[in-house]
Amino acid sequence: MTPPTAATVAPTTVHGSVALHAPRKHRPVAEFLSTYVFSKDHKVIGLQFLFSTLLWFLVGGLLALAVRWQVAWPWSDVPVLGKLFAQEGGQMSPEFYTMLFTMHATVMIFLVIIPILAGAFGNFLIPLMIGADDMAFPTLNMLSYWFMWPAFFAFGASFFVEGGAASGGWTSYPPLSTNVASSPASGWGQTLWLIGLTFVGVSSMLGSVNYMTTIILMRAPGMTMFRLPMTIWAMFITAVLQAFALPVLTAAGFMQLADRMFGTGFFSPEGNVVNNTVTAAGGGQPLLWQHLFWFYSHPAVYIMILPAMGMVSDILTVFARKPLFGYRPMVYSIAGIAGLGFIVWGHHMFMSGMNPALGITFMVSTMMIALPSAVKTFNWLGTLWGGKIQFTTSMLFAMSFVSMFIIGGLSGIFMAATPVDIFIHDTYFIVAHFHYVLFAGTAMGVWAAIYFWFPKMFGRTMNEFWGKVHFFLTFIFLNGTFFTMHILGAVGFPRRLADAYHYETFHHLQPLNAFMTYCAIGMVATQVIFAANFIYSMFWGPVAGRNPWNANTLEWTAPSPPGHGNFDYQPVVYRGPYEYSVPGVEKDHLMQTDPPNAAAAAAAAAAH
Amino acid sequence: MGKRLAGIFWALLFLAVPVFGVATFAIAPAYDHWLPKDVSEHGASIDSLFYFILALTGVVFVVTEVLLFWFMWKYDAAKQQGGATYIQGSHTLEVVWTIIPAATLLFLAIYQMNAWADVKMRRPAMAPTVEVVARQFEWRLRYPGRDGTLGTADDLFLVNDLHLPIDEDVLIQLKSMDVLHSFFLPNVRIKQDAVPGMKIPVWFKAREAGEFDIVCAELCGWGHYKMKGRITLEPRASFDAWLERKYAEQQTTQPPPESPGDLAASN
Repeated sequence: MTPPTAATVAPTTVHGSVALHAPRKHRPVAEFLSTYVFSKDHKVIGLQFLFSTLLWFLVGGLLALAVRWQVAWPWSDVPVLGKLFAQEGGQMSPEFYTMLFTMHATVMIFLVIIPILAGAFGNFLIPLMIGADDMAFPTLNMLSYWFMWPAFFAFGASFFVEGGAASGGWTSYPPLSTNVASSPASGWGQTLWLIGLTFVGVSSMLGSVNYMTTIILMRAPGMTMFRLPMTIWAMFITAVLQAFALPVLTAAGFMQLADRMFGTGFFSPEGNVVNNTVTAAGGGQPLLWQHLFWFYSHPAVYIMILPAMGMVSDILTVFARKPLFGYRPMVYSIAGIAGLGFIVWGHHMFMSGMNPALGITFMVSTMMIALPSAVKTFNWLGTLWGGKIQFTTSMLFAMSFVSMFIIGGLSGIFMAATPVDIFIHDTYFIVAHFHYVLFAGTAMGVWAAIYFWFPKMFGRTMNEFWGKVHFFLTFIFLNGTFFTMHILGAVGFPRRLADAYHYETFHHLQPLNAFMTYCAIGMVATQVIFAANFIYSMFWGPVAGRNPWNANTLEWTAPSPPGHGNFDYQPVVYRGPYEYSVPGVEKDHLMQTDPPNAAAAAAAAAAH
Repeated sequence: MGKRLAGIFWALLFLAVPVFGVATFAIAPAYDHWLPKDVSEHGASIDSLFYFILALTGVVFVVTEVLLFWFMWKYDAAKQQGGATYIQGSHTLEVVWTIIPAATLLFLAIYQMNAWADVKMRRPAMAPTVEVVARQFEWRLRYPGRDGTLGTADDLFLVNDLHLPIDEDVLIQLKSMDVLHSFFLPNVRIKQDAVPGMKIPVWFKAREAGEFDIVCAELCGWGHYKMKGRITLEPRASFDAWLERKYAEQQTTQPPPESPGDLAASN
């Protein structure tokens, strides 16, 4: 996979060095396993996360297409996928449709976005960008990846059990998700869903403990907290969010599991009648689940965007050849988002029957959380202002992150306004909103990061021409798919309906939905270009040097790809990460490790 | 030169975002892809707030997206001789773009509280006009009957066919028998989840007669999409006449239903 360098051949385990000199029959296998499979090297683990999540990205995308197919042409035969899932005559049933959107969201959130940001990029970048040789707890790190596999199996297997995979929505609101009689998929499908969720949680928790410890304790000499690149700040605060919010979700998940397996009734009220049968357990509260679920899942929304914000901030500076505008405000606004993120969960519950006075409180805190997001956007624009912009693929994706995040951020204000939310709650307006944040935002940020760090990962650069084609088509199609959803939302078109056209209010919306589905098909098809570019470039792309983008941060001082232990010398940090186009300096960038030259030292001395 | 053309191309692509964005919202109402007709008294305050936020966010959207385009156009590396400007930030600007959005957002938060309180907090002091009990996948209705009290022997039972008088306050007692549902009246700008174990009051005053959709807006199982009801808003006289007609029908054709619907409806 990676061209051998002196460092990668160097012993990776205690036994590794023996293997080099005394090859025995089973040794190459053991060597391979310990290097590429059960590796404790953060870079290998990061790439394992990257490949796994990209594969699940494909699965989630195909599920989305099936959802879109039904919304555009309800009850018509589904091409290809219809046969794949062996539906009767290729037409999907309404319960199959509910399963599709449940699993689309589940896969995208828990198996793609969260692990690709924290797992893939967090793992790969944290030690490299802070100048450490690895994570603080390499074994824990390896476990955090392997705990994803039970989740992969649980979610994957749930498609094939009786009743199908979970279909109570990704939010799994009880009693629909706890009462087996209320939905065919509330049987094993939902149980496997909860088990899968728990394992994803364990994986995230192991990761977050590791990231926090590593960032606090293992920074290179001279790397103060306020010399950290934004990527690391974002990863750090994300890890803190994970560590504090996850236990609540895990506990709630176990409570739901207990409701289902042992009839504890935490979430079921007394006298509940499902399918003409009085349910046995009672004394519980359906709203309790919503509070617990959103106490995690709202911070999780920021877990799903903050790392992308960090990476985009770094990429913008590199290709604008300019320092980040307002470094400290950027750090504080991330911290502000994270802090406020814990007291806004109730805005998912404005219509839930929660005390409307409490709704006002959550509305105010929600309005306020728009503020740090606005500050970040203005600072990104400030970063581009007066820059010297290079239109690389990575930069285009990063700028599109800014452009799209503006839309996603502004549309959030509509939902935060409680009276307006009465009308647009659970309509396509919210679907538009979170796809602008999570797809047009995070996924575009992830692509920016892949194109940007690919040379560091594989020692080769991706093809720029095909990268730009990929960007152009994705950009067009995503707006065609998601921008129009705002319009559907304005009509009140509800989400999660297998067929809404029999309503007088919505019957005229089918042509618009068909247009969106064509765009969605185009968007998924475009990713073939990306996959081909990725795989081709991994093996045959032009060889990149250590620092192909002339960037400042520490990872660019290591070999591409870095060997075991990362750096061939101990990096020492002399300055912040954004010293681009410094006046009086010949090159347009000063790396964090560049020793201060005599002139700068003299100037500094004079200033004091 | 090729590089400069590429820069122009990308800048214009980003300019297309605000252009098409505004155009989409401008054209949609002309094709009836817009807020459905509102017949409620409180709906005007919701719709005007929607338009106010649309205008506010629209301005911010256009300004920021055009700035992004302008920077891409102006600061293209292919166009510039010198280096980038070395600026690390501006304290004044940070203060300005923190204070202005903060004030705007706070204003927005306070400004809308009244509309919210009207719809969800200032409940009219009256007995329920009707009880709506949601279940998979229908809306069960229970009118109090001639004695005006719910839960007595003369209650009137119906399914999915809700009638209510206009020009007066109506109070709905919303319940669910099984799972979560959401009582959504697009044309009355009402939405409220129905939660098993809870009695949630919903009220409004309709201004105009007409027949509209009742939509379930919270996932409630495989048949969620067809949990459709109809609401008929009519003047008091014809509403009373309708009630009488339905009441007479019930007396002759059906005994009052017993459990389990009754069981859930009366707890």
